[in-house]
Amino acid sequence: MSELPGDLLYTNDHEWLRREDDGSVTIGITDHAATALGDLVYVELPEVGQDVEAGGEMAVVESVKAASDVYAPVAGSVAAVNEELSDDPEKINADPYGDGWIVRLEIEGLDESELMSPDAYQQLLDELDD
Amino acid sequence: MGSKTPLYDKHVEAGARIVDFGGWDMPLHYGSQKEEHHAVRQHAGVFDVSHMTIVDLRGKRVREFLQYLVANDVARLKEYGKALYTSMLNEEGGVIDDLIIYYIGDADYRLVVNASTREKDLAWIRRQAEAFEVDVVERAELAMIAVQGPKARELAAPCIDAEYRDAALALRPFFGMEAGDWFIARTGYTGEDGWEIVMPAADVQGVWDRLLAAGVEPCGLGARDTLRLEAAMNLYGSDMDETISPLEAGLEWTVAWEPGDRDFIGRAVIEKQRASADRRRFVGLLLEDKGVLRNHQKVVVEGIGEGEITSGGFSPTIGRSIALARLPAGDYDRAQVEVRGKLLNVRIVKTPFVRNGQVRIDV
Repeated sequence: MSELPGDLLYTNDHEWLRREDDGSVTIGITDHAATALGDLVYVELPEVGQDVEAGGEMAVVESVKAASDVYAPVAGSVAAVNEELSDDPEKINADPYGDGWIVRLEIEGLDESELMSPDAYQQLLDELDD
Repeated sequence: MGSKTPLYDKHVEAGARIVDFGGWDMPLHYGSQKEEHHAVRQHAGVFDVSHMTIVDLRGKRVREFLQYLVANDVARLKEYGKALYTSMLNEEGGVIDDLIIYYIGDADYRLVVNASTREKDLAWIRRQAEAFEVDVVERAELAMIAVQGPKARELAAPCIDAEYRDAALALRPFFGMEAGDWFIARTGYTGEDGWEIVMPAADVQGVWDRLLAAGVEPCGLGARDTLRLEAAMNLYGSDMDETISPLEAGLEWTVAWEPGDRDFIGRAVIEKQRASADRRRFVGLLLEDKGVLRNHQKVVVEGIGEGEITSGGFSPTIGRSIALARLPAGDYDRAQVEVRGKLLNVRIVKTPFVRNGQVRIDV
């Protein structure tokens, strides 16, 4: 298993979140999630400008095997979506923390206590392995 | 923890993601399901299918028994080794299982049935066999692999005992042969050329290693499913079950109506359905919009009615989503599929979608 990026926060749903300098957050799914789903073949993205609730469905990633919802870890408004995923959903498998980002949200504020540090998420993954 | 085939340790060694399949611990993929899929379409792949149930039938009246047991007619098997695909029906005309029958000798046939239906199949076959004094012998001690792809036979041939190699390479499609204590058949579930090889469990690990060393890609159940979907080959439990007649599952070609006086189980019911104008269609669908079709999604045919996707997924060869679906009777070639509250456009296409590496539909 590859090293988790240290500058991200993580969720129980195997998503990651990066705080950008402008106060927005970028969201994607973790390498663990991408590997479990297998080769991704389709990503359904939200509309830019759409409001999302914390815990609400925000996007759908579909692999050869199954469809899986991507939830908004925090409430916000969709500022950008990774359009390149429409033609090349496998970017998520290839580079889940970089080119495979899914959505950027404008947010009011972030309660980090709801999210996991890299160490805490690594611990969750270790427990799943047992 | 499920049952393990003799290749289980080899799967783990090759990095397989193991899943439960009908009580068996089987490889889903070894890293990339799509790459495994492409390997079979373009080169060669090997599947462990040892979980499948092999049943040998022996007895003087075995032919007569099979003519009663299954919807196809084993009288069509005129040459030794010839294989026949068909289904076993219940009294109501529903499909108990689909299977392959190999004609080995006049008193000797081999059946290969699904793993997930093993117990009910064996119970049903044994019950029906009593009146015919046929011995029903499950061959659980045997392993089975499927080597599939345009290069499969060439790359697998060196694994076959030299004494039988030329004969194996000369097998015509849908024929099998005994080769010592092996059984080699030019059959498969991918839409590509290749062999299915039954052998003693003690031989299979060595064969697996040799195939991998020869560049044959290990392939899991995931690729097996996308390959068979592209080839429009039915999957039991998804496309048909005990409540579905073969006529509503695209399997009419596996039913022999002639001779008209052959009394096979379920005949009376499906014979009535055969004449019925409202029997449902079983078709291939190509998704014209973006998205992925999945099993059980609702299909809407405007002005006619609704149906259901029985097998849906992404076709790695076509790069679009395809499906098999059971739809209401009628003359139409377009429909819509409900995916997460939206209606997506699909076109009804003639199957198979892909065969021998070639896309066979207009995309």
